[in-house]
Amino acid sequence: MTMDKHSLFEYAPAPESRSVVDIAPSYGLFIDGEFTDAADGKVFKTVSPSSEEVLSEVAQAGSEDVDRAVKAARKAFEKWSALPGSERAKYLFRIARIIQERSRELAVLETLDNGKPIKETRDADLPLVAAHFFYYAGWADKLGHAGYGPDPRPLGVAGQVIPWNFPLLMLAWKIAPALATGNTVVLKPAETTPLSALFFADICRQAGLPKGVVNIVPGYGDAGAALVAHPDVNKVAFTGSTAVGKAIAREVAGTDKKLTLELGGKGANIVFDDAPIDQAVEGIVGGIFFNQGQVCCAGSRLLVQESIQDELLDSLKRRLSTLRLGDPLDKNTDIGAINSAEQLARITALAETGEAEGAERWTAPCELPSSGYWFAPTLFTNVTQAHTIARDEIFGPVLSVLTFRTPDEAVAKANNSQYGLSAGIWTEKGSRILAVANKLRAGVVWANTFNKFDPTSPFGGYKESGFGREGGRHGLEAYLDV
Amino acid sequence: MSESTRLSVFKTYKLYVGGKFPRSESGRVYEVTTATSAAGAGGKGKWLANAPLSSRKDARDAVVAARKAFGGWSGATAYNRGQILYRVAEMLEGRRGQFVREVGEAEGLSKSKAGAVVDAAIDRWVWYAGWTDKIGQVVGGANPVAGPYFNLSTPEPTGVVTVLAPQESSFLGLVSVIAPVIATGNTVVVVASERAPLPALSLGEVLATSDLPGGVVNVLSGRTAEISAPLAAHQDVNAIDLTGADAQLAKELEVAAADNLKRVLRPRAEDWTAEPGTDRLTSFLETKTVWHPTGSLGASGSAY
Repeated sequence: MTMDKHSLFEYAPAPESRSVVDIAPSYGLFIDGEFTDAADGKVFKTVSPSSEEVLSEVAQAGSEDVDRAVKAARKAFEKWSALPGSERAKYLFRIARIIQERSRELAVLETLDNGKPIKETRDADLPLVAAHFFYYAGWADKLGHAGYGPDPRPLGVAGQVIPWNFPLLMLAWKIAPALATGNTVVLKPAETTPLSALFFADICRQAGLPKGVVNIVPGYGDAGAALVAHPDVNKVAFTGSTAVGKAIAREVAGTDKKLTLELGGKGANIVFDDAPIDQAVEGIVGGIFFNQGQVCCAGSRLLVQESIQDELLDSLKRRLSTLRLGDPLDKNTDIGAINSAEQLARITALAETGEAEGAERWTAPCELPSSGYWFAPTLFTNVTQAHTIARDEIFGPVLSVLTFRTPDEAVAKANNSQYGLSAGIWTEKGSRILAVANKLRAGVVWANTFNKFDPTSPFGGYKESGFGREGGRHGLEAYLDV
Repeated sequence: MSESTRLSVFKTYKLYVGGKFPRSESGRVYEVTTATSAAGAGGKGKWLANAPLSSRKDARDAVVAARKAFGGWSGATAYNRGQILYRVAEMLEGRRGQFVREVGEAEGLSKSKAGAVVDAAIDRWVWYAGWTDKIGQVVGGANPVAGPYFNLSTPEPTGVVTVLAPQESSFLGLVSVIAPVIATGNTVVVVASERAPLPALSLGEVLATSDLPGGVVNVLSGRTAEISAPLAAHQDVNAIDLTGADAQLAKELEVAAADNLKRVLRPRAEDWTAEPGTDRLTSFLETKTVWHPTGSLGASGSAY
């Protein structure tokens, strides 16, 4: 059967309105409750990856600005940590509520600055952001019940460096537990996605958060490095690449700084021969093409039992052919833009390596817009464990397909990675799920589902995917002196 | 022949690796003496034994043994691990006299003080024996996610852990850093106190007769800095406890450990006589969270 998707799936454009968000032509750093210029006056432009339109000009923090932000956070720490937990809780509840109120605006903003589809920012990012603040708000006056002693103390000033793939959600994962436990923060958002963090600064203002408790210093890697190395920072939290995570671990060696790292992954999504094919296909698609595959826990290695490989791949390709790539603000869009030209180049180079090393490439038939950064959903078959595309994190919409014959082989292949962040299991047999989940060296295992997140559920990696957990009771530990 | 003139039989102290008692592959030994603060002794007391001076090859062999033992030990039931840790306490109790002598000589303690140290060490094995099947409930559990999912977090052992045992507390400190690591299913390469390694090497003999599978605990003696450098850099070691390192060495080892993102426990002030908390257990645990849809029993709500 041949599919003419244009006749079957002709959708009228359904763009979300941009008018709900008002992006200023320029933004400052947010330090000690004020927006200020960088000390050296530097600025950088942030563009919309789907159109390359310049959205705004943002002050670029340097080491002097980072120092100023740390001082503000230190000054604020004394009073903030001395507040009754019940008062800190109410600030966080306020923030959660304001995020809910402004969630449409923030979703559109995030889609513009990041390039991801509005259906994801609207239905995943923003609800999770609000939920995360709501969840940790409730912990602020119950810390003595969390299993870290009767009166666990905060660490002090937390330096937090976050990535561009879930800008506001990663901010929430960092700031909510830090504030609930009585720390103050200096947060550096990624240079390609600074805007939602700056809007969050405005939410802090609306919530009446005392000045200096949250400081936002947009900038490049040098600002992040200055923050991590700052002698008056007590806690470093980083989400990003494993290479940078290792550099940070070396930097804080020999200090008293507490460190948590949430790094790369090469998640194995294992499909057994008794799995319901249609559900598995949806899970595989969500696992690797959610957020254009720019997800540390993406199911980027498909391990399929040999006997169902052909059937599964046929279904998968048919499904991928129906994915709609294009305007991220369109409510029907499944696949948005790649976040930056640099990331697009990295994905392109790794896909070329896949071909050069002998894997077989298949790309979903879809037209790419003429401006912006785009990469069509792609999968590779005939992939071996030695291939670069089976080992390195691509961080893009590229799926590497490997096969196995026995459950033991599936586990061995899944665990054959420097990473250990996520894994998926698809089978109708309960005991097999539990046995395989038990043997996988990964921090999050999704069985008959994939890419599910919740503020109550601890998230984080084994091995070189980092250490520490975010979310749940476990997530408090990273910000407590225990 | 009177007892006072009988020549005693010295023990050749050997490493404990993979359940066996090898000498250092390097063939090297170093002199171990009693602890003394006597003026004029230059810090050196009476000769006690020649201990193996482990090489980097010994360290690598120990990691291989620890990795080989990890699957079985981490896969054993928590109940079984608890029984074995308790068995260690039983075996130690039976050899109490030997350890009181060795600890007394190692740390310059009177017989009664050394006895108190050994008693505390035995009790510590008992304490951790009881933890094996409780820590999972204390630090894991179900997560009330906002959706139709069963969501469970459970602790799992990190893997192969290198432990630099405390330099001063040669036995109680040693037990206090080993027992929590293996209680949860990790396997260990422990570097004994450099100056006072004999209680640690003798502990190997106890572990070998306590039903503890070979390779779960591997004991090395020698120069802490020399042995710990290859262990901190080893790509098949998952974590390192720097308790026995000074500040400078600890920093160097933490830098090396970053190459494969080992979990690092930094040195800190310790009172080995106090009841430990759970943090030495949790320092070498990972949290695994498993999701599964719960489905539903009918779209409009079930009558159950």
